[in-house]
Amino acid sequence: MKIEPIVGRYAHISGCRMYFEEAGKGIPLVCLHTAGSDGRQYRAVLNDSSITKSYRVIAFDMPWHGKSSPPPGWEKEDYRLTTGAYTGLIMEFIREMGLERPVVMGCSIGGRIVLDLALKHARELRALIGLQSGAFVERYYDAAWLDHPEVHGGRACGAVAYGLMSPLSPEKERWETVWHYMQGGPGIFTGDLHFYQVEGDIRSRIGAIDTSVCPLYLLTGEYDYSASPRDTAAVAERVKGAKMTVMKGLGHFPMSENPEAFLGYLRPVLEEIRRA
Amino acid sequence: MFENLPELVNADPAIVRWGRGMNETFMVEVGDDQYLCTVSDGKLAVATGPFVMRSWSFAIRAKAQCWEKFWQNPPAPGWHDLFALLRRGDVKFEGDQRVLMAYLMYVKLVLARPRKA
Repeated sequence: MKIEPIVGRYAHISGCRMYFEEAGKGIPLVCLHTAGSDGRQYRAVLNDSSITKSYRVIAFDMPWHGKSSPPPGWEKEDYRLTTGAYTGLIMEFIREMGLERPVVMGCSIGGRIVLDLALKHARELRALIGLQSGAFVERYYDAAWLDHPEVHGGRACGAVAYGLMSPLSPEKERWETVWHYMQGGPGIFTGDLHFYQVEGDIRSRIGAIDTSVCPLYLLTGEYDYSASPRDTAAVAERVKGAKMTVMKGLGHFPMSENPEAFLGYLRPVLEEIRRA
Repeated sequence: MFENLPELVNADPAIVRWGRGMNETFMVEVGDDQYLCTVSDGKLAVATGPFVMRSWSFAIRAKAQCWEKFWQNPPAPGWHDLFALLRRGDVKFEGDQRVLMAYLMYVKLVLARPRKA
């Protein structure tokens, strides 16, 4: 029998019971999951001893996601993520947990919000890693169908996530990633996409990011069409000093759909941050 | 590609299970060629056009060269999923989107199946 070194606990933050998993000791590394999913996407990073020997890896489930509770009264309102609420949540988690100048790594919506963190909280952070970062994605399909009484939300969200992955990623890990999407609560993926495709347009602001205060790494899978390499390159062109890498053969969920290939790209970045 | 698709799909329980409960007809257009796909509880039958007056719940239309790239094995980035084509405007979804979204996984798996043929 194998027991993983990951430990999961609950923290009460902003009146919400929030689940987080962690492993390792050293520099805090806070990992942000994608829209409509949860922290299990980072299972391979949490299990990688070459990382956890010098990093305290922490992946929380946002409120409404995974094993975290929605706030009291959730049944009375639509969930809609906004830039302010997302950045506020991350910084409150960091403060409440007493994490000193952590590295923050986020994917997709997490890859977007690290750009906002770079603008507003650079001095409190050691480095930022954006996975599948884009400054904005125009709506190209009607996300309302992902939260419709006559469409099974789990099946529809899973099918959308399935296509965003690389056909070269291992079947087992791709279907694990789909499963997380199928377990999301009703309207949660759609609510996150409100930030990603409607409210969270950061294009006009990213030019002010100062990477000399907080380094910014951008890693993007070549098969992603939601935050495509072209979208990330548009960010890298505007942000002086941002270091961009295109990850061959990977899609929108690199850490979850093909952990081994992703770790090959992540380890040198974390090593560079550690040595800086 | 489409003529032998029912054989491939119906022999693959890992695809058929995603169409359980689906009893619908949808149209696929490969350039000017029309294929009417009738699904009965996940089992597929295909009729080849041209058609005069046939009903369908939704239609998926793309140019022949787009489907050719979509059916490469492995497909190149940007050609691996219907929604990748959708973002660029290389595919059109018409008709009842509710049915398409309700059975999206099945439709994606069926239409990608020629890659492994």
